[in-house]
Amino acid sequence: MSHSIRRRLGAVAAATAASALVLAGCSAGGGDTGGDSGDFEPLTSIKLQLQWLPQAQFAGYYLAQEEGYFEEEGFTDVEIVPSGGDIVPQDALVAGDVDFAIAWVPKVLGSIEGSGVELTDIAQVFQASGTTQVSFKDSGITSVADFEGKRIGSWGFGNEWEIFAAMAAEGLDSTTVSITTQDFSMNALLDGDVDAAQAMTYNELAQLLETVNPATGELYTLDDLNVISYEDTQGAMLQDAIWADTARLADDPAYADAAVRFLKAITKGWLYARDNPEDAAAKVYDIAANAEAAFPVGPVHQLWQMNEVNKLIWTGGTFGLVDSAAWDKTVAGALAAVNQDGLHLITADPPASAYSNEYMQKALDELAAEGVTVDGAYTPIDVVLTEGGQ
Amino acid sequence: MSRRTSAILWGVLGVLAVVLLWEGYKALGPAEGVVIGAVPGEAGSGVLILPRTHDRAMPHVWDMVARLFAPTSGGSTPPLWVSVLGAAGLTLGIAAVGWVIGVVVGGVLGALMQRWRLLEWGLLPWIVVSQTVPLIAFAPIVNSMGLQLGRGGGFEWPQWVSVAVIASYLAFFPVAIGVLRGLAAPDRIHLDLLRSYAAGYGATLWRLRLPAAVPYLLPALRLAAANAVVGAVVAEVSIGMRGGIGRMLLQLAGQASADPAAPWGPTFGAIALGLVAAGSVALLGLGLRRYRRGEATA
Repeated sequence: MSHSIRRRLGAVAAATAASALVLAGCSAGGGDTGGDSGDFEPLTSIKLQLQWLPQAQFAGYYLAQEEGYFEEEGFTDVEIVPSGGDIVPQDALVAGDVDFAIAWVPKVLGSIEGSGVELTDIAQVFQASGTTQVSFKDSGITSVADFEGKRIGSWGFGNEWEIFAAMAAEGLDSTTVSITTQDFSMNALLDGDVDAAQAMTYNELAQLLETVNPATGELYTLDDLNVISYEDTQGAMLQDAIWADTARLADDPAYADAAVRFLKAITKGWLYARDNPEDAAAKVYDIAANAEAAFPVGPVHQLWQMNEVNKLIWTGGTFGLVDSAAWDKTVAGALAAVNQDGLHLITADPPASAYSNEYMQKALDELAAEGVTVDGAYTPIDVVLTEGGQ
Repeated sequence: MSRRTSAILWGVLGVLAVVLLWEGYKALGPAEGVVIGAVPGEAGSGVLILPRTHDRAMPHVWDMVARLFAPTSGGSTPPLWVSVLGAAGLTLGIAAVGWVIGVVVGGVLGALMQRWRLLEWGLLPWIVVSQTVPLIAFAPIVNSMGLQLGRGGGFEWPQWVSVAVIASYLAFFPVAIGVLRGLAAPDRIHLDLLRSYAAGYGATLWRLRLPAAVPYLLPALRLAAANAVVGAVVAEVSIGMRGGIGRMLLQLAGQASADPAAPWGPTFGAIALGLVAAGSVALLGLGLRRYRRGEATA
């Protein structure tokens, strides 16, 4: 099956426009939204901004579309907008180009303080941090404290704050640790240009494990590497979250209603990804391979990514709810972090409106009433990587 | 041997020489390159003066070629060369739009400056300064200005327009200078002859100045084509426009640890792009052959 999302959307829109409108009316009028359905016309068309190109990291959203969950919640037209680094999700949301956006919490906290915008984290999809610092076994770097005097790779572009937060907790700063900007390949580590490179469990770490070790002629394995997970440090920060426009949530009942329905749909999407990781990864790979100029890494890589992403989502907490302890830890880390140029990410606590569990809780309650439960855990699968992930 | 076959032969020899140089250095050079001033035990210290030769840094030429025929993203995706062709085509189209804008703007500016000396004094320094603005800083500004214009005017400003505008920004410069010099090229005696016929500016421009400008114009147009391609590729990367060859190169380079031959596909595509762009302008020159007296081969 190879079809473009756009074509599918077109077909779906044409075939179900009428019935879905009726559905939308039903879901809004059926008491789902607290009986204020008379006050507004339910939104049926929304846009979601991703923070990167289509890949298994965003499986839940694509599956909500593929499996028809958005239609079940009364949306006839949902556009998932990828970003190639050209679009900053929170900026697109503020500009009104999209209705919801996926972004890391620290990056948006920086935007909130930096430009005074008002955004709300309405669902914390990733409950744990997927950032790691990877070094070779013989480097002796097994904790952040070992960074002292070493050359540490970091991506920049707002992806680096966990490193500085973790270093701050260890009393290290850029005078004691040499920070080098690395690109998104792992060559800096492989060529010995850095002692430890930044890597996401679901992407760059896999890329490393898809590379042949010239010493053995086999792929690198986790036995060759020391992997420091920032989740285990004071630097851990919340990552993929769904952001909405704070003022619009308060003033526009149709938007608030759409937020709840949207969260219900993507919750079902992520449940599908949890329970069918192989199928989910295959579907996302198919979408990505057919998307315009996405050039995803191959199918095995996507399966690895799906598996790792599931681990970050299903950590034992309730899906999508912001854990206040993790939030406070993120804020504390963001306040403590100072980068190599001596800059702070934020200098004051974010406003209380920066996150709200109201909409996610409502979505979960409605799902529970419909017999969809999100308790249960993810059982990780074994993914055997291949050279190049093809 | 005809001139044509010898030209082809020299072309093939040139490519072969590059391949031999690449594989020769790869075979003989040190795998980890040559670094001077490295402090033992300190990662990334010293300066790399000779490149690394291992397979990740310098894949074999045949691996690069083989990669062109393997699926772009694994599975049943189309072969890499097809994706490269599509991306290169898009960039070429945008560069062509940029080239046309650049030629029109540059031509008008050049003609105005040649007509009125005061304009030349006033404009020329600014035109020269304009080329010193760093493109990677300038490109996002053009894009965000375009987006704001679109939001204010209620229309959508596509990203490719920004890329074309930036390409034209690089392309107009050689044309403006070429037209300025070219239109001023006719001999005094010829200008005086036309004046004695009581020919006006328009007739002089059409019958004397433009034909005389052709030898200056053709190299300028070729330069403009090359500049437009460079501008389009850099602008794509810098504003993050997807679909073109520049962005594709960047993206595959991000996967290069595990798939080092992949970024060479779009690299070859970019080379082909430059050749096609320069070649198209050369075709233009064929039609103007009778005016090309005294043109320096550029």
